[in-house]
Amino acid sequence: MSYNIFLNEEQIDGAADGPLSGMTIAIKDNISTEGVATTCGSNMLASYVPPYDATVVSKIKDAGATIVGKVNMDEFGMGGTTETSAFGPTKNPVDPERVPGGSSGGSAAAVAAGKADLAIGSDTGGSVRNPAAFCGVVGIKPTYGLVSRYGLIAYANSLEQIGPLANSVEDAARLLDVISGQDPHDGTTRSQGDNSAYADAADGDVSGMTIGVIRDLFDGADERVVETVEQSIEALESQGAETVDVSLASLEHAVQAYYVIAMSEASSNLARFDGVRYGLSGGYDGNWNETFADAREEGFGDEVKRRILLGTYALSAGYHDKYYKKAQDARAWVRQDFDNAFSDVDVLASPTMPVLPPKLGESLSDPLQLYLMDANTVPVNLANLPAISVPAGEADGLPVGLQLIGPQFGEESIIRAASAVEN
Amino acid sequence: MSDSPVDADAVRHVADLARVNLDEEDVETFTEQFGDILSYFDALDEVPAIDREAELVNVMRPDEVTDGLSQDEALQNATETEDGFFKGPNVS
Repeated sequence: MSYNIFLNEEQIDGAADGPLSGMTIAIKDNISTEGVATTCGSNMLASYVPPYDATVVSKIKDAGATIVGKVNMDEFGMGGTTETSAFGPTKNPVDPERVPGGSSGGSAAAVAAGKADLAIGSDTGGSVRNPAAFCGVVGIKPTYGLVSRYGLIAYANSLEQIGPLANSVEDAARLLDVISGQDPHDGTTRSQGDNSAYADAADGDVSGMTIGVIRDLFDGADERVVETVEQSIEALESQGAETVDVSLASLEHAVQAYYVIAMSEASSNLARFDGVRYGLSGGYDGNWNETFADAREEGFGDEVKRRILLGTYALSAGYHDKYYKKAQDARAWVRQDFDNAFSDVDVLASPTMPVLPPKLGESLSDPLQLYLMDANTVPVNLANLPAISVPAGEADGLPVGLQLIGPQFGEESIIRAASAVEN
Repeated sequence: MSDSPVDADAVRHVADLARVNLDEEDVETFTEQFGDILSYFDALDEVPAIDREAELVNVMRPDEVTDGLSQDEALQNATETEDGFFKGPNVS
């Protein structure tokens, strides 16, 4: 069965010895690999070959892992199903009629299908946690600034982080130990991830831990998802964790704020693709405005065009205050709400995705409905927090993910709590 | 939708600003979808003004020359180059 996971299966060997020696790893195709094509799932970059490695790739090679290939993704990370890839959708290894989630769908599917022990994804609004939940694997979105983004082809800089996926919490944490830490090439990185020992936190001990259950994020969710997630939270209670219900009023506006900010940043970031220095060329006839517009019409798919245009609109004269400024207010509000919640609890819990994995082709036609599927994951990016998706069980034979959110640089807490879910 | 915040001309205008050509079919689809999406974004009006208490500090590094890409490496992904430069269309 081909799941269309790999865009490129060129093997890259790591160092002879290191903490990841003997392990195989798949890399999302928006992360630069020296001499190996990096397409972002886009026709725009179909023949782009980076002249340097992303910092995470250098670290993974130094740690001794073998890179088994570059994997499929929604175009430029814009989507939640891996169906917006210019190179066709990836199938979910659990049920090939269904999407693997996205945008790091190839990363999660590679781990779920046993094609790699580990994988690297990127998470701008849920793009690691969503496919982890849909494919039944573990995925971590680190605190903003924990992992270097040098060499990650940017979509929305203020929101995104590179994160690990694996079959177990401990393996994901071990990979996080390798990739975290300050990097002179990325001024937004902080020192909290230097010399980390996240894997040691996967000890399964939640006795005495307080878990806040975000009731707002259960309200619109599929009953089968709610039931499965409730059971996994009860299992944590039976291991000695205490739970309290939490409500965060700002979350009602999180999806709106997220999309306004992400689209605005995308419209600016993707302005670089004019076909001159790299990417699909629009030719040399006529004036440069027309030539660039030709390259961008041909190189970008519908969802990418949609986000660039809506971002341009939100930033344009007369609309900046109405959309972008209000979205920044909402972002600050979400951050405050989380800060307040963490004065009483150690971690927060919710379903990772409010739905079970949709069938291929089922959800692409209505972009707004797809955006709403991100309701539970985007608040974490707006607040710069760490979160993990861990398999909570199955409903109708399909994987359900439990999301655990921690305070800034509280990776140990979410790793500890998630490892207890595996008990 | 009659009270849609965008019409086809607005979509053509932002596409022009963003340097993305659209065919008429795209304009029609996007006009309808943007109406739905922007109406949904309108709920941001209800967000209260927030005192943003961000404690931001500049992150500085010494201004020293370090290794970068060679000229060949920098040019290797360009469709066309001339005399060691990127080649672009006419700017006029």
